[in-house]
Order: sequence, then structure tokens, then C-alpha cells
Amino acid sequence: MSLNGTRDLLLRGGRIVDPSQGLDMVGDVLIRNGVIEHAGGAIGTPDGADVVDASGLVVAPGLIDVHIHLREPGREDVETVATGAHSAVAGGFTGVCAMPNTRPVTDNQATVGFVKRQGEAAGFARVYPYGAISLGQKGETLAEFGEMVQAGAVAFSDDGRPVESAHLMRTALEYARAFNVPVAEHCEDMTLARGGSMNEGLMSAKLGLKGIPAEAEEIYVIRDILLAKRTGGHIHMCHLSTKGSVELVRWGKERGINVTAEVCSHHISLTEAAVDGYNTNAKMNPPLRTQEDIDALQEGLADGTIDLLVTDHAPHHYDEKEREFADAPNGIVGLETALGVNCTYLLHPGVMSLSQMIDAMSCKPARVFHLPGGTLTRGAVGDVSVFDPDRKWTVDPKQFRSKGRNTPYGGHELTGQALLTVVGGRVVYRLA
Amino acid sequence: MAGPLGKDLLGLAPLSAEQIRLVLDTAIPFREISERAIKKVPTLRGATIVNLFFEASTRTRISFEFAEKRLSADTVNVAVAGSSVSKGETLVDTARNLEAMKIDMVVIRHPASGAARFLAERIESNVINAGDGTNEHPTQGLLDMLTLRDRLGDLAGKRICIVGDVLHSRVARSNIWGLKKLGAEVAVCGPRSLLPNAIGEMGVTVFDRVEAAIEWADALNILRLQLERMEAGYIPSLREYNRVFGVTSARLEHASRDLLILHPGPMNRGVEIDSDVADGPHSVILDQVTNGVAVRMAVLYLLAGGKPEIADAAQKGVA
Repeated sequence: MSLNGTRDLLLRGGRIVDPSQGLDMVGDVLIRNGVIEHAGGAIGTPDGADVVDASGLVVAPGLIDVHIHLREPGREDVETVATGAHSAVAGGFTGVCAMPNTRPVTDNQATVGFVKRQGEAAGFARVYPYGAISLGQKGETLAEFGEMVQAGAVAFSDDGRPVESAHLMRTALEYARAFNVPVAEHCEDMTLARGGSMNEGLMSAKLGLKGIPAEAEEIYVIRDILLAKRTGGHIHMCHLSTKGSVELVRWGKERGINVTAEVCSHHISLTEAAVDGYNTNAKMNPPLRTQEDIDALQEGLADGTIDLLVTDHAPHHYDEKEREFADAPNGIVGLETALGVNCTYLLHPGVMSLSQMIDAMSCKPARVFHLPGGTLTRGAVGDVSVFDPDRKWTVDPKQFRSKGRNTPYGGHELTGQALLTVVGGRVVYRLA
Repeated sequence: MAGPLGKDLLGLAPLSAEQIRLVLDTAIPFREISERAIKKVPTLRGATIVNLFFEASTRTRISFEFAEKRLSADTVNVAVAGSSVSKGETLVDTARNLEAMKIDMVVIRHPASGAARFLAERIESNVINAGDGTNEHPTQGLLDMLTLRDRLGDLAGKRICIVGDVLHSRVARSNIWGLKKLGAEVAVCGPRSLLPNAIGEMGVTVFDRVEAAIEWADALNILRLQLERMEAGYIPSLREYNRVFGVTSARLEHASRDLLILHPGPMNRGVEIDSDVADGPHSVILDQVTNGVAVRMAVLYLLAGGKPEIADAAQKGVA
């Protein structure tokens, strides 16, 4: 029995994979008082400890998704902080960063504090709010970064739309340096992309839909890399989707520029072909691209050019997706499918090793966004994901904890599933 | 019961060459009905058809209505200003309400690509696409092909060039899919800013200059240039468009052979086509309009489950 009243938790006999300390061994993990007490060889069972048999399973530092959309405040009919955080732990995530495109926009300390408190009250995954870069995400006036950091903001972004003014982005990168937080850009040149609803290419020409060219993204990627070079600020590239973007980020990293990048699970697994038939559950922004882009994104993940795997979890109401393609909103839910998709499309084909995948889903997100967790070292927060990378399951959106059912993976068989999620030493999810 | 075209006509991309030929062949006896003093057969008596138009249309709507009435169907026209987006009621609700009134067919014109398919997947009635966004306008494609076939015979190996705003044209897509299935060689010609980037991968030849297209083609299908394209910055001006891409009699004089002139209408005389070309000896633009009614009668009849031999009987007035 531990001091604060929570019982010790022993995860026994699992394959412990913790890239933060180069650990990959069969052994035991003990969490006491909400923090990691031990991760390594087999140990005895402390008196009164809860014991979980993890043999045959992977025990990893809790997964962290730095790019999701909770719809609270504003669209609680679509998702709340609580339902989103519940969805997260059901997918193996112990921490999530919530984008600020809420209603009202999370562009001030009061709203940041509200989102954070809603996360704490829910008691599932840790919820880290983003603050907006500009007031109302209007791209005009810099928001109050300092106060928002005080209230719990971990990064800044106008995600959902780009920062169109290069001057404003430059200022944001400079100003954010005082707080050591990343500025995350939604790369999209609206003059090229406006009105577009899928990738520009043969499929858009065939379907008669206005396309969004790869260059709409890439122009902003290189602009912001150059601004990061000028300012020394940390630019983080949201949801990269094109081969050209990978090449540009590689170019920036080779020059020591402070750039990090993420890719969504859907962009490494599905092509624009998923849109055929005007499937609104395959509509997102940036859009699904081509196999050539998937190959480049996977290569970027494997060689570290792309740091993180994310979901861009974006719940929408059924009615909003049940309509004409061009009028349907962008985005899909992803928290409960990401681990399965990543295992199916990255781990099992050998694109990434288990250790690399966990690094991109846990250790690096913690490091890049300066978050607790992402490691099983002694004294770290007791956030752990237990999953079976070989377990086959069929996606049934009706089973999601998220209120969103908008997924292109419905009915797909995936290999790899979260079984047990621990946050602060507490079991917050266990697969029934 | 699904007829020889299946439940719906959503586009020419999903049809086989045989199905396209069946529609064209079936249209011929129906065309003759419109030549009679009493232009009516009882083929679709008792059937209820809704013409659901979310976009302004004169020619297509009237053509469908004539086709329906000449087959003795009961028709209702629903014209909705603007798309369902501005209207409040969703497309799926509109459709379900119509279906609850026990209708047999819906003819839909809608500004969103894929709208006809969206509707077809959600209701039991037969759905005919009368133009969805920039995707397809299959009955226009079919009437163009019937007009071409009347004059050129078998379309295999014939050279058809679509001139103008292919990027935003549902007529262009239906023509490309349909003509290629019948073995024609298809080209497009227009400013590159009004052609899809991936046009080369669609199995068509691209001409940058209209003079070269005229030299190559057996027929030109000239698309309407919308004023909005100039406003959106795709081309500098209508005046320059006419100077560079307009089909003029001066340009046609240089052609080494006669070529047919088609236009889906409505025409901007003096922009994409000059009046003396539109009214000239090689223009088959009014034949297209006549064929439009016949093709639509054929489509309605075939979707209703009709057998080709009944069409002959209908033509004789005994069905």
C-alpha cells in the first residue's frame, strides 16, 4: 500500500520497450505513488499491489498524441474533453494536446485553464491545451502566450487555418522563445487551396472535385523553415502530407534549423483512392495524397526526418458528414484506430521497428513538446500503455468512446490493439 | 426491378460501351415520336417523376419534361434556389420526403459533384443525373454522341475535340468517358488554366492552340465559357479568350476538311463561338437539342425496366 492511498501497480512479465533509455527486455514495471518505481528485471510482488499479467504483451511509456481536436468549449454535441480523453485512453494514449480551434477560440488564459481543468476532472488521458497564435485565429493580433503558458498551454497553433502573414509567424516564433514552446503551423496557402476538397491529381480530375495541390502545403513549409532559421524559434509542422514537405524538412534539419514535424496515421496508410465514390469519411485537410507521398512520409518517419505520429483526431456530427462531398467538413477521428493503423502499416511491413514506432508515438512527443512522460525511468510519471501489436480486430465505429464515428477505417481489419492504459499509476482503460 | 442500365444513370464512366449503344439505338424510335402530330405514347403511364433542380436550368429541365410527358409520366418540377447548403433542409431529407410520397424516378441537377450518386445510394427510386457539379452530365454526353453518330457513323477512330473550360465542365467529363468507350479519339483544347492538371493521364490528347485542334478534328464540341471564370482569374478577359481560343469562321476556313460543330448551350456568341459558325452549315447545335429529348426518353424508358423491343412497339403506338 502506498502513501497516497493508491495501490502499487505491477505489470508483470511484459516486453518492456522504452526507447528513451534504450530498453527492450522482458521484465516487470512497478508504479508507486503515481510514478515509475521500477522498469527492468523481474521483481517480487509488493504487499497489496495490483498485479497485471503482461506476458506476451508490449509495455511502453504512455502514448502521446500532440494533435487532436476536442470540441469543448463550443461543440459539446460532437465531442467533449471527457469523451475525447476517454477515446484517447481506449487507443492507448495517456496524453493528448488539444488544438485551440474551439468556440470561443482558446486564445486566452481563461479558456486554456478551462480545457485543462475539464481534462483533470475527466480523469482519463492528460489533456494539454494548445493556445492560439492569434486572437480568434484571425491571423492579425498575437495572442497572450505568456499568460496562456502560465495557465497550462504547451504549444501554440492556429491549426485549421494557416498563419497567412509571414510577419506574424516570424513574431510568434521570436516571442515563443521566452517560453520554450513550439509554434505549430497548419501549412496551407489558401490562395491555392481555397475551394479544394481533395488532393489535386488524376482522381480529382475524374471526380470533378476541386483539388488542393501539394504546393499549397510545401510553400508554407519552406517559408516557415526559413523564418525559424531567421528567428531561432521552434517551428513544428503539423500533419505533413506530401513528398515535397518531407524533402524540405530534411533540408531544414540538415542545416540545424529548429524544425520538427508530425504525420498523421491516415497519411501513411491511405491514398486519395479512398475518396472515390465521394466518401466524406475520407475527406480531411490536408487531403489524402498518393502512394508516392506515402512512401516518402514512411521513409521520413524511418530516418527521423519526421519526428512524430499523430492522429489529427477531428470528430464531426454524423449529419455533417452525411452530405455532398464538397460541403462536408474536413477531418476524421483517429485516437482509437491510430495504434492499430500504425502497427498495420508501419510496424508489420517493417517500415519502423517497434522501438522506433514507440519513440514516434511516446518519447519524441514528450521531448519535442516538453511534456511529462514518454519514458519509464524511475521517478517519471506513471503513464504506461500495454498493447498487443499482433492482435487482430475489426474497426466498428459504433464501439468508439469518442462521440465521433467519422472514420475511413470502419470495417477494416487492423493488427495491433491497446489493451490496458495507465495514467499516474491508475488503470484508466482495460479492453473488455 | 433493374433494367438494362441498372437502377440509376449517374454518369457515363460507369456504363459499358454496350449500354451506351443501347441508349443511342433506343433513342432513334423515340425520336420519331416527337415528329408526329400527337407526340405521346403511354409507355410510362402511371409513373411519377420528380425533376429536382438545385441549379438554374432551362434547356435540360424542359428537355426532360418533354421526354417525360411524351411518355405519359406524371411529373413534378421542384426548383430549389441555391444548393441545400443555403436552404436548411439537407439533400438527404429532401430525398426521403420525396420518396415518402411514393415516386418512381428523380431527375436531379445539383451544384455539388457526387450529389446524384449520394441521392441514388439513399433512395429506392431510379435516379437520373441531370448534371452534378463538375462531375458528369450523362444525358448531354449521350445526346452529343447520338448527334455525332448520326453524321459520322460509327464513332470508332473518329476524332472529337472538346474546346474550352474542361476543368469546370461536367459535359466534358461525360463526353470523354463516353466517346472513349465507343472507340473515338478524344482531344481537349483550351487555356491550360482551364484544363485539369492531370488531363494527360485521362487518355486524351491536349492541344494548346485551337488552330491545331481544328486541323486534327472531325468534330468540335465547344463548351460554354462562364463569365465567373474571368472573374475568378482563370483567364484575363473574354475578349482575349475569343481572340485566342474562339472558334471563328476565319479559323475554320483554314481547316483542310469540314468538321462538325457542337455546343451544349447556352452559347456566348462572340466568346467561345462566333455567330457565323453557330449558324453555319456545319453546326449541328439544334440537332443536339432535338436528340436531347429522344435520348432522355430512351433513358427514362430503359431505367423503368423496358426492353428494347418494347421501344419499337412504343414507336408504333401499340405499347
